Amino acid sequence: MPGQPFVRSHMLPERAPPATAAGPLLWLRENLFSSWFNAILTLLSLGFVWYVLAHALPWIVQSSWTANSLTECRQQIAASHGPGTSGACWAVIRERYLQLIFGFYPSRLYWRPILAFGLTLAALAPILFPALPRRLLWLSSTVPFLVPWLLWGGSLWLPVSIALGAVLGYAALRLVTPLAGSLAGVIAAGLVPVLWWLFGAGPATGLLQSALPLAIDSVQSRAFGGFMLSITIGIVAITCSLPIGILLALGRQSDLFIVKTLCVGFIEFIRGVPLITLLFVASLLLNYFLPPGTSFDIILRVIIMVTLFAAAYMAEVIRGGLAALPRGQYEAAAALGLDYWKAQRLIIMPQALKISIPGIVSTFIGVFKDTTLVSIIGLLDPLGFSNAIRADTAWNGIVWELYGFIAALFFVFCFAMSRYSMYLERKLATEHR
Amino acid sequence: MTMMTAPPKQTFRVGMLIHDTRYRSLTIQIVVLSAAMLMAAWLINNTIQNLAVLGKPISFGFLSSAAQYDINQMLVSYTNQDTHLRAAFVGLLNTLLVAVLGCALATVLGVLIGVLRLSKNWLVARLMTAYVEIFRNVPVLLWIVFAMAILIETLPTPRDFRGEEATASMLLGDSIAITNRGVYIPEPLFSRSLGDLPLPGAVAISLDLVAILALLAGGLAASAAIRRRAERIQNATGKRPATWHLRLGVIVLPQAALLAALGFHLGYPELRGFNFQGGIHLRNSLLALWLALSFYTAAFIAEIVRAGILAIDRGQTEAAAALGLRPGRIMRLVILPQALRVIIPPLISQYLNLTKNSSLAIAVGYMDITGTLGGITLNQTGRELECVLLLMLVYLAISLIISAVMNWYNARVRLVER
Repeated sequence: MPGQPFVRSHMLPERAPPATAAGPLLWLRENLFSSWFNAILTLLSLGFVWYVLAHALPWIVQSSWTANSLTECRQQIAASHGPGTSGACWAVIRERYLQLIFGFYPSRLYWRPILAFGLTLAALAPILFPALPRRLLWLSSTVPFLVPWLLWGGSLWLPVSIALGAVLGYAALRLVTPLAGSLAGVIAAGLVPVLWWLFGAGPATGLLQSALPLAIDSVQSRAFGGFMLSITIGIVAITCSLPIGILLALGRQSDLFIVKTLCVGFIEFIRGVPLITLLFVASLLLNYFLPPGTSFDIILRVIIMVTLFAAAYMAEVIRGGLAALPRGQYEAAAALGLDYWKAQRLIIMPQALKISIPGIVSTFIGVFKDTTLVSIIGLLDPLGFSNAIRADTAWNGIVWELYGFIAALFFVFCFAMSRYSMYLERKLATEHR
Repeated sequence: MTMMTAPPKQTFRVGMLIHDTRYRSLTIQIVVLSAAMLMAAWLINNTIQNLAVLGKPISFGFLSSAAQYDINQMLVSYTNQDTHLRAAFVGLLNTLLVAVLGCALATVLGVLIGVLRLSKNWLVARLMTAYVEIFRNVPVLLWIVFAMAILIETLPTPRDFRGEEATASMLLGDSIAITNRGVYIPEPLFSRSLGDLPLPGAVAISLDLVAILALLAGGLAASAAIRRRAERIQNATGKRPATWHLRLGVIVLPQAALLAALGFHLGYPELRGFNFQGGIHLRNSLLALWLALSFYTAAFIAEIVRAGILAIDRGQTEAAAALGLRPGRIMRLVILPQALRVIIPPLISQYLNLTKNSSLAIAVGYMDITGTLGGITLNQTGRELECVLLLMLVYLAISLIISAVMNWYNARVRLVER
C-alpha cells in the first residue's frame, strides 16, 4: 500500500512577485517602455530634459548678483567660473525688481500698495473659500472703497462719501419698494447713487475735509507702473466684468427684441476687434466722446475699456452656461410662481454659473494676461519697463533673466487661478459618479 | 337660473404699463431704446463739438494723400509715394500673411501636442502638460517680445559667416542663412516668366503663380475623379483598384512639366558686403510674431484636440472594431468625424484669436494693418478717430467672415435630432 497522499500541514509564506511584475520595474515597463515606439519617445524626452537641465542649471547657478552692468556681470562670471562660462546676470533683477513691481511709486509709500494687496486678498478669501467665517464679508464690502484710496491717496472723505452713495442706493431700494413696487424700487436704487456721485459726493467731501482734515499723500497715476499696475487693472476689470457680463448674457437671452439687439451688437462688436484697438480708443479717443474740457485719468480710461472687453467675453461664456441648462429648470421656476429676477437669482444663475466656471476663470486669466497690452499705449507695466531696461546702456543685451522674471510673476498668478477653478469644479460637482 | 354678467370691461390705466405683463415688455423696450439713443446722441454731440474745437472735422480725404513712409515687408508693390490707403492695404496683406502662417503652424503643433498629451508614456505626457501650462499662463505679448529679443541677441551676425575663421555657416548646402537680421531662404525664380497680370486698383498678380495654381486645381479635380471611379468599381464588383500612383501622377507630372517650361530655378542668398543678398528675407519681426503666436496658440489648440478625442466614447472604437474595421479606418471613418465636430468650432475661434492677437505686431515693428493704419498713418495725419474706426472695421470684417465660416460648418455637421 502506498502511503498516505501528501497533505501540506501548514501554509507556505507568500512569495514576492517577480521583479518585472511589481514595483518600480513594472511601472517603468508599463509607463515608459511599453512598446519600441514608446521606448524611443522616452529616450528622446530624456535626452531633451537632460539637454535643457545641463544648460539651464549651471547657467542659473554660475551667476552674478552684484554687478552694475551686463559687461561687469560677464567679467565677474569669467573671473569666478573661468573664461567662456555663460551664467545668468541676476544683478539686473536685484537692481530693478522694485521698479518692475511698483513702477515709480514713491518708495516711502510702498506699504500702501502692499497693504492694499493684502486687503484685497483678505476680501477675496471669504468669497473664494466658503469655509471661512461669514463675518469677513463685511471686510469685502469695504475694500472696493478702501483700496483705491490707499493706492491713489488723498482725502479719506472721498471714499467715505462714495460708499455713502451705495448706502443711499440701498436705502432707496428699501424705502421705495413698499411704496411703488419693485420696478420703481430698482430704478430708484440705480438713480439715487448716480445723482449723489455726480452732484452730492464732491461738495460733501469738501465739507467733511474742511471740518476734519484726514488725508494721506496723494500719488499721481503717472507714478503707477510695474506689476502693481497689471494687478490693479486686472482685479478691477475682473470684478466688474462678471456682473456686467451676466447682465449682457441675460439681455442676449431675453425675449425683448430691442434689448437683445443692443446686447448682441455690443458683444459681437467688442469680440470682433482686438483689445489693442480698444486701448487706442482709451488713449486717443475716449476724451473726444466726453464733454469738451473733461479729461480723466489714463489708467481709469484703460480700466473702463478692459472691463468692457472682458464683459463681452464673459457674457458669451455665461450664455453658454445658460444654454446648457435644461428648459425644464426655467419651467419649474415659473411653476413655483417665481418672477423673472427671483428665478434667475435662485434657480437659473447658480446652475448656469457653476457650468461656466472653467470658461469664467479662463476669461479671468485671459484678462489678466491682456493687461500687458497697456505697454503698447505707453503705460509702464512690467513689459514696458523691460523695454526701458533693455534700452539702458548698462543692461543692453539682457534677455533671459529679465523676461524669465516677468514670465514667472505672471505664471504664478495665472497658474494659481487655473488651479482654483479646478478646486471649485470638484467642490461644486453634485452629479453622481 | 343662470345669471349673465357682462365680462369686466377692459380699461387702460397708466399703471398697467408697469404692472401688466402684456405692456411691460413694451415699456421696458421703449425706455431702453430711448436711453440708448440719448446716450449715443450725447456721445456723438460731444465728439462733434470736440472735433470742432480742434478744427478737424471728420474726413477720410487723408487716405488718398501720399503716405511718405516706407514699409519694410510687402506682398504687393509699394513705395513711399503711394497713398495711405495702399499702405493700409499692404498692412492688411501682412496681417493676413502672418495669420495664415500662424494658423498653419499652430494647428500642426497643437494637434501633435494634444495627441502626445494623451500618450500612455508617462514622461511624454508630463512634458506636454508642462508645455501647455507654461505657454498658456504667460501673456502672448511677452512671448512675442521675448522671441524677438532671442532672435536678435543669440543668433550670429552676418559678419560671423565671413572669412576663413567663420563661426557660423549656412545650412543645407549654402541655401539657408540664419542670422540675427532675419532668415534668408532660396526664392523661386522663373527664367521664362509669363509676366504679371495687372488688376484694377494697381494690384498685380504673377501669371506664373496663377498658372501653377490653376494646374494644381486641375490635378486635384482629376485625382478626385479617379477616386470616384474607383468607388464606383468597388460598389459594383467589391474590388477596389489601386489608384494611388495614378492620383499622384495627375498632380505631380503636369506640375513638373509646367515648372520646367517656365524655367524654374532657385535664387540662393549670398553674403555680399555687410549683409546677405538675394533669396527671400524673412525678417525677425515676422519670425518672432509668427513663432510666438503659433507656440502660444498651439497650447490652446492642444487642449481643444485633447478634449475632442476624450469626448468620443470608447464604445465607438469597440463597435467599429466589432464591425471588422481596421485601426486606421476606425480612426478615419468613425473617431475623427465625431471628434472633429467637437474640435472644429473652438479651433476656428482660436484662429480668430490668433488673427486678433497678430495686431500685437506693433510691439516688434512688423508692419501689419495696426502698424500702418493704426500706427504711422495715425501719427502722421493726426486722424485718430478715422484711423481707429477703419482699423476696427477691418478687424470686425475679418472676424465676421471667420464666424460666418464657423456657423456654416456648425450648421453642416449638426446632429439631426428628433
